[in-house]
Amino acid sequence: MDRFVFLTLDGLSRGSVYAASALALVLIWRAARIVNFAQGAMAVAAAYVAHSVTSATGSYWLGFLAAVVAGLLLGALVDVAVMRLVDHRSPLNPVIVALGLVLLIQAVLGMVYGNEYRPAETPFRRTALSVGGVAVLSPFDLFVFATIAVVVVGLAWIFTRTAVGLRMRAAAFAPEVSRLLGVNVGGMLTLGWALASGVGALAAMLVVPTELGLHPHAMDLVFVSAFTAAVVGGLDSPPGAVVGGLLVGLLLSYVSGYVGSDLTPLAVLALLLAVLLVRPAGLFAPVAARQV
Amino acid sequence: MSATRAAAPPASRRPTAGVRPAGGPRGSTLLRHLAVVAVAALLLVAVSYGLEPFRNFQLATVAAYLCATAGLTVLTGLNGQLSLGHGALMAVGAYTVALSQNAFADRGVTGQWVLPISLGAALLTTVAVGAVIGVAAARLRGPYLAGVTLAVAVVVPALTVTFDGVFKGEQGLPVPVEPPPAALGPYFPYERWQLWVAGAATLLVLLLLGNLVRSRFGRTFRAVRDDEVAARLAGIHVARTQVLAFVVSAAGAGLGGALLGVLAQSVSPGAFSLTLSLFLLMAVVIGGLGRLAGAVWGAVLLVVLPDLTHTVSDLVTLPPAVAQRLEGNLPLAIFGITLVVVMIAAPGGVQGLLSRLGRALLARWRPRRT
Repeated sequence: MDRFVFLTLDGLSRGSVYAASALALVLIWRAARIVNFAQGAMAVAAAYVAHSVTSATGSYWLGFLAAVVAGLLLGALVDVAVMRLVDHRSPLNPVIVALGLVLLIQAVLGMVYGNEYRPAETPFRRTALSVGGVAVLSPFDLFVFATIAVVVVGLAWIFTRTAVGLRMRAAAFAPEVSRLLGVNVGGMLTLGWALASGVGALAAMLVVPTELGLHPHAMDLVFVSAFTAAVVGGLDSPPGAVVGGLLVGLLLSYVSGYVGSDLTPLAVLALLLAVLLVRPAGLFAPVAARQV
Repeated sequence: MSATRAAAPPASRRPTAGVRPAGGPRGSTLLRHLAVVAVAALLLVAVSYGLEPFRNFQLATVAAYLCATAGLTVLTGLNGQLSLGHGALMAVGAYTVALSQNAFADRGVTGQWVLPISLGAALLTTVAVGAVIGVAAARLRGPYLAGVTLAVAVVVPALTVTFDGVFKGEQGLPVPVEPPPAALGPYFPYERWQLWVAGAATLLVLLLLGNLVRSRFGRTFRAVRDDEVAARLAGIHVARTQVLAFVVSAAGAGLGGALLGVLAQSVSPGAFSLTLSLFLLMAVVIGGLGRLAGAVWGAVLLVVLPDLTHTVSDLVTLPPAVAQRLEGNLPLAIFGITLVVVMIAAPGGVQGLLSRLGRALLARWRPRRT
């Protein structure tokens, strides 16, 4: 029972990070109808920026801030310099371009920092506190929960309560009409990319210390998990992405705790396939009429 | 439904020059392709005597990659399905050949017929795996399919570590291969034999794929790519066509992986990472989607570019640590940039540019003649 409680809490902690990553994917999907396959690599790049800043200044928080800012800038840059120029008539083109970015970013990181694991700093201890003799959460897990909660609430606030959020939703929902009404559709798109990439960078800062460490490929499996989470929630739904992320986190935690940690990638693949084959629109999508 | 339209350039939708119905003025497609393959085989044998052993080995590697890129071209270029999992399918082929060759070696079975049997086993295993993925893939579109195959590419190498009793984890398996047959003489270079084996297998694959592309199946592949609804209205079973394309393509990848394993005489998960899958995709995109000739350019590029960057970094004297970092990563960076630039600037790839050039030259030349 103790083990179950521990695995559940650990799963929720990992899951909240997947939720943030999935949320970033959903943001771009809603805005541009692109699944950003480069998101993992972009997030790792931001985490490396944080690593550099932290080792230069000695302050974790400056590094954390730098990662988020780097994420925002990188997202805007990718949209303006690359994705804007891609022919979007075929859905394969943006995917292929994003994969080219993955190769490029990982190679540049490998050239600058080397292809070895670097230890990632944490602001809080990662040893679990025990409540009544049961190991529950580490201070770092609490930090993860708090950060993700702030991000989710913040995004929800931006999109539902602010004028910019309204414009972004309008630009995504009906670009032509929004343009006629004076919305800077391109700018909103860039803002969406920046926001999503910033959230992705934040998620990388939170997940990298719990894995093997900083490495150009550190987010490969995390990205697959995040994509699965986004698909479980239905790519179109932000609340679905959050719930999907938590579900994926729990599943992975149980599988690695009860079956073996080697099997977690297989579990992700099985879940992804199962959801796509049984309910391709995700668990939270309304039942759609047949599309032709 | 635009979500199923392929990344193929508009030029390839037009019937390519030289496509004529079988039995047309130029005779049957099969005979024409057989003639091309025979010439290519003769050229290959001639070249294999002219090149030094290392170049022979590189050419053999090109042949192995070509199996996989040709398969991927059929899938992505002709059928419009994007697979990021072909590196994993290559791993399936390579591990099957390794297990099979080891099983034969353990039982003391030798002979030149062993390798073809192992390659056949690799082909069949990959076809089975490809059929499973293909059945799932036929229900998926665009980014969803990319996501699933991406997961396959990440998961399959990890499986070799999970079941390390069979696959021996990170260190991988050796692939025992027979020396060249004694009939070729005692001093026959091993690399030349490798080129012959890989070249023969690849030419066979290209012949089969070339005929498939020009056949009824090739036309249904393209019909499904260009407009699924129209294809269905024309009486094409869309899902069956997509599964078939996936299986054919998987077979190519499996044989390519098996050949790579045979050439390297060992298989390990590191050789079949996600990066390999991305490389294959890059190769077919840069070579030119939708044309088998594009797959050739892509396969050549996969071997030549790392070699080229190696040579360049050898010319410039760098501290060893920097050189080591550059050596592994510079080709990746070049591949990445090229992929992005080609996708934006020249979606037809190398082959698309070449045929555009050819058409332009032809157009200038023809009016003068008349």
